[in-house]
Amino acid sequence: MNETSRGSKWIGQSVERLEDPPLVTGRGRFAADINFPRQLHMRMVRSNHAHGKIISVDASAARALPGVVAVWTAQDIADVPPVDFREGPIEKLAPYRQPVLATGTVRYVGDPVAAVFAEDPYVAEDAADLVTMEIEELPPLLDARHAPGEFSPGRNTEADLLRQGYGDVEAAFRDAPHIVELELTCGRHSGVPLETRGALGRYDASRDVLELHGAAKVPHRNKELIARMLKRPPSSVAVYESHVGGGFGIRGELYPEDVLVCVGALRLGRPVKWIEDRREHLIAANHSRNQHHKIRAAVANDGEILAIDDVIHHDNGAYVRTHATRVAMMTCGVLPGPYRVPQAYRAICHFRLTNKTPAATYRAPGRYETTFVRERLVDAIAHQLKLDPIEVRRRNAVTVKEMPFKRPLEALGEEIHFDSGDYHALLDKLMDYVKWDELNASLAQRRANGEMVGVGLAMFVEKAGLGPADGVRIQVDTSGFVEVITGGASLGQGFETVMGQVAAETLGADYNKMRVVHGQTDRIEYGIGAHASRATVMTASATREAALKVRAKALDMAAELMQAPIDTLDIVNGEVVCRDRPGGPSISLGQIAAKLSNTSKALGGREPGLSGEGWFFTEHQVYPYGDHMAVVKVDPATGGVKVERYIIAYDIGRAINPMLVKGQISGGFAQGLGGALLEEFTYNERGDPLATTFADYLLPTVRETPDVEILLTEDYPSPLNPLGIKGAGESGVNGVGGAIAGAIDNAIGIPGAVTELPVTPQKLKAIIDANKR
Amino acid sequence: MKPAPFSYYAPKTIEEAVSLLARVAPDDGRVLAGGQSLVPTMAFRLARPRHLVDINGVSGLDRLETADGRLCIGARVRHAAFERPVDPGPLGALLSQVVRHIAHHPIRTRGTFCGSIAHADPASEWCAVAAALDAEMVARSTRGERAITAHDFFKGIMTTALAEDELLIEVRLPTLRAGVRTGFAEFNRRAGDFAVAMAVVVYRLQDGAIADARIAVGGAEAAPRRIEQAEYALKGRAPSAEAFAVAAEAASRALDPIEDQQNTAAYRRDVARAMVIRALSEAA
Repeated sequence: MNETSRGSKWIGQSVERLEDPPLVTGRGRFAADINFPRQLHMRMVRSNHAHGKIISVDASAARALPGVVAVWTAQDIADVPPVDFREGPIEKLAPYRQPVLATGTVRYVGDPVAAVFAEDPYVAEDAADLVTMEIEELPPLLDARHAPGEFSPGRNTEADLLRQGYGDVEAAFRDAPHIVELELTCGRHSGVPLETRGALGRYDASRDVLELHGAAKVPHRNKELIARMLKRPPSSVAVYESHVGGGFGIRGELYPEDVLVCVGALRLGRPVKWIEDRREHLIAANHSRNQHHKIRAAVANDGEILAIDDVIHHDNGAYVRTHATRVAMMTCGVLPGPYRVPQAYRAICHFRLTNKTPAATYRAPGRYETTFVRERLVDAIAHQLKLDPIEVRRRNAVTVKEMPFKRPLEALGEEIHFDSGDYHALLDKLMDYVKWDELNASLAQRRANGEMVGVGLAMFVEKAGLGPADGVRIQVDTSGFVEVITGGASLGQGFETVMGQVAAETLGADYNKMRVVHGQTDRIEYGIGAHASRATVMTASATREAALKVRAKALDMAAELMQAPIDTLDIVNGEVVCRDRPGGPSISLGQIAAKLSNTSKALGGREPGLSGEGWFFTEHQVYPYGDHMAVVKVDPATGGVKVERYIIAYDIGRAINPMLVKGQISGGFAQGLGGALLEEFTYNERGDPLATTFADYLLPTVRETPDVEILLTEDYPSPLNPLGIKGAGESGVNGVGGAIAGAIDNAIGIPGAVTELPVTPQKLKAIIDANKR
Repeated sequence: MKPAPFSYYAPKTIEEAVSLLARVAPDDGRVLAGGQSLVPTMAFRLARPRHLVDINGVSGLDRLETADGRLCIGARVRHAAFERPVDPGPLGALLSQVVRHIAHHPIRTRGTFCGSIAHADPASEWCAVAAALDAEMVARSTRGERAITAHDFFKGIMTTALAEDELLIEVRLPTLRAGVRTGFAEFNRRAGDFAVAMAVVVYRLQDGAIADARIAVGGAEAAPRRIEQAEYALKGRAPSAEAFAVAAEAASRALDPIEDQQNTAAYRRDVARAMVIRALSEAA
């Protein structure tokens, strides 16, 4: 189904980004840059208690402050329902949704209790300071492994119990020659975009349209959700995405604050602006990753993993937010990764609530965690059976002959079908690239000289391009500029560039004459936004379909105007030319657009406009794959870890823009490194968050982040879309925890030493010292 | 504004500044210099001073010069001023080595040397240097001027001998003779972070043996200080890995480390030991 590449001009080129000019000249428009006349400023009053009963909230002093327009608590918006799930109502989980303002109970430090609306942000902040609340403290639940507590009368904090699996697990373990067991923990961390959240609500009474500005990621979903929650027709709600200083899955979901600016705008009759501060962001925006796995594998003598049995405790924080149980369910489905696991598999996930910030998706949700767990398991198998860890991986990895490979597990509601790939061949390429034997010999030599250096490997399969459908409209204006109207979203990943490249290539237009629209729900009535590494697979494929239609229409009109058979024509750089007459007559796309105007006499029976709409449908996600390799040096005196080298091999199917793909991979790696060594949302025993500033929540800086060596291959284009695209967004982060854990074990010479992330210097030093004794 | 409301004053002379301070200090007035510690804590409303006396416009506080064997550092001198050696001898080299460990460049262009000393964060690099070199702090108030030695100045976590109405107008460091050896080492989770522990060492060689050793440890205890036991352990010995290990062990045993959510006392002690060894090895 793949097109033979006909000497592509734009696809596959590392062209400069279409979206950069305003950004690099300081003329971008981020949420805080948006202002409306007469706007009010909102400030949240948040709980300082991890768990407690709200006895009273006193806002009288705040209301009395000059410049304060309103202070709301839960009673003031009793008719507004809790924030609903993105994919629609789920009856079982409904009681666990987060109210827009805490109702009766506060469940985490940061839980919104009141909202202040004032003439300026300074007054709003001063007034919020004056709101007092009386809270009767309840014991906080801070560990998902502890016995569930009461969430509300008759309901405990285990909101769901999820299962995936196949085969007879008990039989597989009964008959297995070896059983390897591990307990592993992935720490609580998250995507921390440098632009905090922000939202502006505005009600335009003249058109009866409620507008939400600033949110990115899933504008069309948020529009539907707001309409549903506020009981408005969806056609009377519009969501507008601004420039975005990072998203990573956590920014752009619908949060209580987004709903509040909308309700504020409707009821106070003035636009409402809210800009989050950093402390708020670190305690209120979605956390992620916090899971405990008790996993065992049934293993044959040759290292083949026959069966896996995993019990997971997933700490989802205080409420179930828009994603519902998506991360936990994904965890259960994707854990086996590239390995066959032929006999049986069972994952049971206790999806539990605690008195911490609610958790949801963060770049590579369920995959960062499971790659860490799975690759730790493989290393443990190799150690226990005295086998080479690379050989164990080769023995278990699905082979190219088995493709497409179906597994009776699901990810995002679809059965997992690996579409294509050769995991062994990519591993071979990586081994050749790093000169594996030489690398190991040099590390062994350094270890003999007393250095603690080591190498670790993680294999993984990503998933991308969730369907089922996306549509794009393309219209060419009379100057020849091409408007590509999508319902996608740009989180900074180069969305405009990629759509522009595909449209220019397919249409035969000039890449520099592309105008790509995204995140504006009033420009197109549908859209998938930007999540789950979907944009390039789905929206670019739809862009291609639309461009093909426009191309056909342009050629049809040109054939008539140029008096030439259609099959002798081509479109080159925005000009229709006769293929075999270089320097001959030509007509530009702009001229054709003019001839196709609604008043044109040349129209004939055609529909007006040089425009077309294209849809792309798919039944299955695509499964790109790769390997991460880390070389680390450990300082035994401090427990500090320095990553000396990091190599990522990744088969992307087809890279529309290799520069952007490498950028995605490098950025993802930095985030994975944070989760492996630095970043953690810690709490004390009272449930007070301890990482509330950038001095406590340690994002890796350029000094801690080595250059990533990227081995990007295009050996297995996906058969599931015409361009062979597989998605890039989450490949850089996926395997970092797994690879670094293995490298640290190897460096300190203690197999299985790393059982939790992040590996802090203090913890690592304790491991090294305990081993000495 | 993010901070709680406060009154702001911008004096032009030292006299004006100290008389303002005398007036507002009892009513929770604070000095604003580079603002790199105070302003963030105000933005979180953790610090809520009612008055700020901004000394950035005060003349006569930007002095940075050597006189009578001492480097005089005025209250408006920024960290970044030390990035190139301010003194041709070992002191200038030590300061330009240490300054690279202070936060990040934008912070170094605003934060001040004296501000760090007056703030007295246990993990301040300049405080450790001041302790190692027995710096002299010059405090001025409407009551007069006095000099306080480092030993008497640092009292505990963010606690100094400065009275509330006193302005730290200058810090004086003794210059180091040619041939004096210096070393600095610190450990932190990330470049530019507050250190878990650090060591500053200064000594000279007399006939191949260590003399006049100064070993200060910062970050590990409530305040940085010279560790006599470690200095004594080096006296008269030739520089060697073994001698350094003995001194570092003595230092670590003499410490009473602080403990927080991130680091236990035992871990801080271990890291301090390692940093003393590293600083000494570097100086050798």
